[in-house]
Amino acid sequence: MYKATFPGGVHPPEDKERTADKPLVALPPPEKVVIPLLQHFGSAATPLVKKGQNVLVGQKIGEANSRFSANVHSSVSGRVLAVEDYVHCSGYPVLAVVIANDGMDRTSSEISGTPDPFSLSPEEIRQKVREAGIVGLGGAAFPTALKLSPPREKPIDVLIVNGCECEPLLTADHRLMLEFPAEIIQGAELARVAVGAQRTLIGIEDNKSYAAAILSEHSDHFPAEIRLLKTKYPQGAEKGLIYALLRREVPRGGLPFDVGVVVQNVGTVKAIWDAVREGKPLYERAVTVAGSGVREPKNVWARVGTTLRTAVDFCGGLTGDINTLIVGGPMMGIAQWSLDIPIVKATSGILAWRSSAPAAEHPCIRCARCIEHCPMGLSPTQLAKFIQFEKWELAEKWGALDCFECGCCQYICPSKIPLVHWLRLGKNKISQAKRKKNN
Amino acid sequence: MTDRFLVQSSPHIRDRDATPRIMRRVIIALLPAFLAAVYFFRLRALALSVVCILSGLATEAAFLWARKKPLSPLLDGSAIITGLLLAMTLPPSFPLSLAMIGAVVSIAVGKQAFGGLGYNIFNPALVGRAFLSAAFPVAMTTWLPPVTLKVDILTFATPLGNLKFQDAVSQGTLAPLQDLFWGNVGGCLGETSAIALLIGGVYLLLKRTIDWRIPIGTTLALVIFTGPFWLADPTRYASPLFHLLAGGFLLGAIYMATDMVTSPVTAKATWVYALGIGTVIGIIRLFGGYPEGVMYGILFMNTFVPLLNHYLRPRILGEGRKK
Repeated sequence: MYKATFPGGVHPPEDKERTADKPLVALPPPEKVVIPLLQHFGSAATPLVKKGQNVLVGQKIGEANSRFSANVHSSVSGRVLAVEDYVHCSGYPVLAVVIANDGMDRTSSEISGTPDPFSLSPEEIRQKVREAGIVGLGGAAFPTALKLSPPREKPIDVLIVNGCECEPLLTADHRLMLEFPAEIIQGAELARVAVGAQRTLIGIEDNKSYAAAILSEHSDHFPAEIRLLKTKYPQGAEKGLIYALLRREVPRGGLPFDVGVVVQNVGTVKAIWDAVREGKPLYERAVTVAGSGVREPKNVWARVGTTLRTAVDFCGGLTGDINTLIVGGPMMGIAQWSLDIPIVKATSGILAWRSSAPAAEHPCIRCARCIEHCPMGLSPTQLAKFIQFEKWELAEKWGALDCFECGCCQYICPSKIPLVHWLRLGKNKISQAKRKKNN
Repeated sequence: MTDRFLVQSSPHIRDRDATPRIMRRVIIALLPAFLAAVYFFRLRALALSVVCILSGLATEAAFLWARKKPLSPLLDGSAIITGLLLAMTLPPSFPLSLAMIGAVVSIAVGKQAFGGLGYNIFNPALVGRAFLSAAFPVAMTTWLPPVTLKVDILTFATPLGNLKFQDAVSQGTLAPLQDLFWGNVGGCLGETSAIALLIGGVYLLLKRTIDWRIPIGTTLALVIFTGPFWLADPTRYASPLFHLLAGGFLLGAIYMATDMVTSPVTAKATWVYALGIGTVIGIIRLFGGYPEGVMYGILFMNTFVPLLNHYLRPRILGEGRKK
């Protein structure tokens, strides 16, 4: 069978075998949760609760204040201890609601379910998704309601459901596909209706062909088709995935809308189903806890606001010598300095291991591997040089802003040059200059 | 357990391959040709190689010290490669003192003057060789027969020299292809045995250490350029296969044109570069004043690498599409 793919990319060791067969288990909610009001791309939600107030599971505690924002709901029942700044996994302080869990799991009935979700109009589906605070669960955490609202002049014909999970070590999406195939297929159908697409393509890497087979069994009555893709990182990156499945190229600086496509992660479409059918807001998610430094790696259902420490302790704790703690995957995740950081809607994995000292950096020998492996067709080594010499216009012209920091260049660089680091710096500087110009 | 973790930016995993490993593989790949040189030219080959490598390393060390840089780059293997490659391009009878000068020029002018590893425009070994060719033309064109030939003469001509100056095709004195293949001919240390060079080349290709487009592209261009002449008049022109096996073509196409630092970074530019090298070699061999054109072919195309990289940059995904 032909397996589509994108140009470039790398093959890091997958290391998924330790958790691929571990079913999702509920992580017991902790005594205290810290729920940041900004968990995604965009602006923070406005707090709706005060210190001392009692809240229920699923109660809205933060209100989206723009299209680029998402509602936040309590993941436990109990009393609000504080509304204050707390360090977020991105490294910045963010306003957060701290709640003492009363252990009763009393559920709020703010949002009602729908017995027949397929009778809803696109706008009704979007409304429920918006109300449930759903954001993209693949990593970037873009507010989903916004992604389900294509502008009128850009008709959508294909909904892509992203089941690639191309990051090494992570298996939470894999487990979702194995354990909740009906929910994923039906959630995808709701997303398809919401964007007005004619068909749904579900892209899955061929290292999860069993999950693909299970989804196929459930897709009979829907205009959905399962497509196996080559196992290659970053197969799940939006623009590359669209190219692999449809041979359509999202224009530089554009969005999937521009080529008639909307991409949703498998976890997100399951959350859409739960929200629309059951009236359940997004306050928990599937998380892989893995890496050689975790004693008993697991896939868990984690309530948003649970600390990394709680999750790691539930998985047998860490081995004594670890020095690296990552939220997300090994290629794009964010290194953490503390275990007291809360899990947010975007947290797909918690990884820990011992890494050896950073390898010595050598001069660039222009081997061109970074260029050969860049999925966007960029020249990372050249961009890094432009950025080092502060040639911002050249860096922009050569595509610095097209970089989505997948890390292939730095992974493959034999001279161990921190290329992604330079690109991040350059992207920041260029965006800053642009904002200044526009103001 | 303490909460003290390394905070680095992503990606958090790295491929195992490293620049010193790449250099090591190139050295390993040169070993068959080096051993062949020692077999055909005995101690001369060994002495020239040792002198070139040591002088190269000493020059590198002196420059690093003068530039107040750490001496660790000495261990990255690149200076060893330059020294060894230079030795491979010298005639076996070449005086050791002059070889030392060549190695100093290679590293000093060819590499460190530009800023060291990664910044040079021209292949450093060939810069050294070009200097020696200009400064000591007689020593650079005096050839010893390989000891395996058991001929009792002091000087000898290379197969390409015979082709150019002795009209070897019509005289019927052209070196047989099997001698070129195994190395039983006169020439520079590293260019006599085609099989030894090919073994190293296959190793480098399998290890994905050199860009396959370069040996393929140069070969194609040389065949396309020399083929029609041979087809038109095989009594005057040598066959493309002779051109591929004779002289420094394989050494240049596999080990020198492929130098990562001085070859282009994009696929399109690499094709232009490789085809250019093969064509220049063909022009010089057939119509130039020299019997051999590999060195100039590579140096000539090295010049264009920055331009090629600039104008043939890869297409960015979504570029040229309307938003």
